[in-house]
Amino acid sequence: MSSDPGEPILDIRDLRKTYRGGVTALGGIDLTVRRGEIFALLGPNGAGKTTLIGAVCGLVRPSAGTITAFGHDLSRDWRRARARIGLVPQELATDMFETVWRAVAYSQGLFGRAHDPARLEEILRSLSLWDKKDAQIRALSGGMKRRVLIAKALAHEPELLFLDEPTAGVDVELRKGMWEQIAALKERGVTIILTTHYIEEAEEMADRVGIIQRGRILMVDEKRAMMERLGTTEAVIDLAAPLAALPDALTPFPVELAGDGTRLVYRGGNGEGKGRAEVAQLAQALARAGIGFTSLDIHDSSLEDIFVGLLGKQAEAA
Amino acid sequence: MSFSWRSAYAIYQREMARAFRTAFQSILSPVLTTSLYFVVFGSVIGARMEPVGGVPYGAFIIPGLLMLTLLGETTSNASFGIYMPRFTGTIYELLSAPVGVAETLAGFVGAAATKGLILAAIILGTARLFVAYEIAHPLMAATYIMLVAASFALFGFILGIWADSFEKLGIIPMLILTPLTFLGGTFYSIRDLPAPWDAIALANPIAFLVSGLRYSFYGVGDVPIAVSLGLTLGFLAVCVTIIAVIFRTGWRLRE
Repeated sequence: MSSDPGEPILDIRDLRKTYRGGVTALGGIDLTVRRGEIFALLGPNGAGKTTLIGAVCGLVRPSAGTITAFGHDLSRDWRRARARIGLVPQELATDMFETVWRAVAYSQGLFGRAHDPARLEEILRSLSLWDKKDAQIRALSGGMKRRVLIAKALAHEPELLFLDEPTAGVDVELRKGMWEQIAALKERGVTIILTTHYIEEAEEMADRVGIIQRGRILMVDEKRAMMERLGTTEAVIDLAAPLAALPDALTPFPVELAGDGTRLVYRGGNGEGKGRAEVAQLAQALARAGIGFTSLDIHDSSLEDIFVGLLGKQAEAA
Repeated sequence: MSFSWRSAYAIYQREMARAFRTAFQSILSPVLTTSLYFVVFGSVIGARMEPVGGVPYGAFIIPGLLMLTLLGETTSNASFGIYMPRFTGTIYELLSAPVGVAETLAGFVGAAATKGLILAAIILGTARLFVAYEIAHPLMAATYIMLVAASFALFGFILGIWADSFEKLGIIPMLILTPLTFLGGTFYSIRDLPAPWDAIALANPIAFLVSGLRYSFYGVGDVPIAVSLGLTLGFLAVCVTIIAVIFRTGWRLRE
């Protein structure tokens, strides 16, 4: 495995897909994913996330555009590229009558790898499936079946792993366990592209985030940068006595009166603490101006707020 | 990167494991059915029948019965082999793997052909319990069985990709292959049919297959062996071409 972190591992240019029947799932995607990162692709249902993954993994035939993985053009040198890519699909699609061991061994062979029991054992142990290696997959719980799919995708030691909704239908405890496993994969140098409905998941794990809607990428950025740039703080201050108008001492702050003058609402800052500092200054300004308040409630915007806001703006513009 | 033997073997191994997992359906069921044919047509009725072309009736029907089972089972096996992954969604793994048409066919069709050969051996063994027979050209018979099994495995593979329901999957073997095999000289010689039915019967391609296998068994056939062999090879080539086109265009495999 190359040790050059940050080099482009996947490069997608003007990727388009229109299905028979005329539905356009991808309307010109440009995206670069770098080695070693966890890239979260966020978007509402039908945004084109699964089609995009399908196009890279060979499940969907693109209508136009180019996909380059590890320097190989996927339309020509697909064998070399696919040998280094793994996919965990959204659906729990696996041979339910097969045992865990045989299912994972099959994946190893299918991707051209020599049968390596030690490697299979390592994968199954890391995913807490070793005790179930001889069990038929149909006898496993939903969370375990999903882990079997991950084990199958890891059997050929991919350098780029697609996780399409990896924690869909998984309970909170298992979800956190899966986050740890994904973090461990990253530690081993695997580049991960995941789609998720749980924005909290992207916020927890992703290095970079891409937001996709109606087959177009709206934004791609470092998660921290995105939160800093688009994040805000909202503070609601309940006043001891109503104000008729905003006093001059408060005009430097992005505040407005609400609730017939009984409440001050602050909206400003960024996702990196500037807002909280300003709210503290605002509280001091209130004290200096002799304006009493009974409560103060502060809320920093999450990635979910940013995501919802962006989609809302896009919908308004459309 | 060239042909991956490991990938092909992985598919082959999995398909064989699937057959053994469903051994009753895959092997025992056709053996039981064929045994009943031998009991009824071979031993009971066959004992009262005149030899056909110098071959006792019980032995005469062996190649036809073998072909009947071989065509049905090989086609069904291969069609299920590819249809089920499509139906359950597990085909994603095959499509996302560095596997081309050659490895896929070697795996799926190789397994279907192997199952066909195992089945043929079991049927011949079963037949021995009911009637005495000698195979005139054993090597030719084995080669021909393998060729027919591979051809119909390819045909089944196409069927499994074409079908979008279980009903469609069963239509061709049940409504076309089985009747054609029955009418293709399984239980009689086409030469014994009155005109014009003897000529009409030759419009049935299965008649050439039955005749070819019967020739390899007893040195007699309704049509020259070269014609049977040529037709089988031609069918094989057509199936391979169709599958190559399916993989290139992604028809019913990739969206």
